[in-house]
Amino acid sequence: MFELSAEEWTAVELSLRIAVVATFAALPFGLAIAWVLARKDFWGKALLDGIVHLPLVLPPVVTGYLLLITFGRKGLVGGFLADTFGIVFSFRWTGAALACGVMGFPLLVRAIRLSFEAIDRRLEDAASTLGANRLWVFFTVTLPLALPGVIAGMVLCFAKALGEFGATITFVSNIPGETQTLSAAIYTFTQIPGGDVAALRLVVVAVVLALVALIASEWFARRAGLRYHGE
Amino acid sequence: MLSVDIEKRLGAFSIAVTFETAAGATALFGPSGSGKTSIVSMIGGLLAPDRGRIALGDDVLFDSSARINVPAHRRRIGTVFQEGRLFPHMTVAQNLDYGRWMSRVSVDPAERARIIDMLNIGALLKRRPGHLSGGERQRVAFGRALLMKPRLLLLDEPVASLDRARKLEILPYLARLRDEARVPMIYVSHQAGEIQRLCSQVVRIDDGHVLATGGLELLDVDGRPAGSPQRVIS
Repeated sequence: MFELSAEEWTAVELSLRIAVVATFAALPFGLAIAWVLARKDFWGKALLDGIVHLPLVLPPVVTGYLLLITFGRKGLVGGFLADTFGIVFSFRWTGAALACGVMGFPLLVRAIRLSFEAIDRRLEDAASTLGANRLWVFFTVTLPLALPGVIAGMVLCFAKALGEFGATITFVSNIPGETQTLSAAIYTFTQIPGGDVAALRLVVVAVVLALVALIASEWFARRAGLRYHGE
Repeated sequence: MLSVDIEKRLGAFSIAVTFETAAGATALFGPSGSGKTSIVSMIGGLLAPDRGRIALGDDVLFDSSARINVPAHRRRIGTVFQEGRLFPHMTVAQNLDYGRWMSRVSVDPAERARIIDMLNIGALLKRRPGHLSGGERQRVAFGRALLMKPRLLLLDEPVASLDRARKLEILPYLARLRDEARVPMIYVSHQAGEIQRLCSQVVRIDDGHVLATGGLELLDVDGRPAGSPQRVIS
């Protein structure tokens, strides 16, 4: 009764893979946009901020549908990527990762932006008087000091990706072994007679994964925070 | 050595200063809020003047008419700030070596050891700034600025945040630094006592302007309101 079936394992493994890929693929974009929002003033900043936050306020199904019409095989971006680079998102696990990354993105950007804003800019000035150009200042001062916030953002993004349902199922459907994540599998099991026990097993897995992610992030953030105080 | 002729508007406050310094230590002396820190930021490249020219010897660092503005990281001007500004996520040793890594200057190990010894910070190398006293922190900040082999040292009220005892502890190191390191220094302060111990030339600043340039006799404020016309030279 506590043994996961092969199909259930597949869903768990796929969910983890999708969430990890979504988080790490979103990270460089998240860092760049968070930095721009924290440090630059420009025309259209409010618009950029709004677009980044859109997935947080839109119904996930709407986000999924927008992804479908942009990144689908016939979509503007999706068609280009498929023809030029052979990258296909629709009905693939990579599409699920894209959907999850987009849904987690606002959480990632928010956390990183706040930590960038909290950094004492005078330390960055000190670094530049010591000969560091902007890129070095970012990688040797800004990023290490923002690390607790970056980790917190990544955990939020990962958690969001792990639980994502609406955008994923709209964009890439619910194909076992390819796009059927933990959430989609639980949903499927609750729809079929006698699926309750399987659904419950996956629910337990979901709770455990979420707890582990939270505890790990707390540990990482604490370690990173302690370093500043010299422990 | 250093020649400065700059103008800068900061809201309602405006700075317009012209002065030159010789080798050795020069004080920028004036009350708080007179614009000393902004002037130092412009020399260091952290703040761009609206107009004017800054040159270190023959090397033009800023010239608005020639559209030259060498970025801070290429000026090789060591700066020690009031609050030290050590990097909290690095050890003392990493802080000390940051400047020479980033400026890609080679410092011979004996020279590094000599500076560490002169500042008496050898025992602190493995610690992080969070565990240092205020005086220790400032000494590390001096070492960090020196180890990048600066062409000029800007010391912006480097002991102002310390209590009297810590100040007395630091000042002898600064005198040694001036005599042994032989780097020209700009020493910013509103404390005549510190300046007397370290500097031979004084640039008196008030309200964003140079009141007078000269020797230590300018340290006498003699009760006259700052900015009175008979004292204006430039």
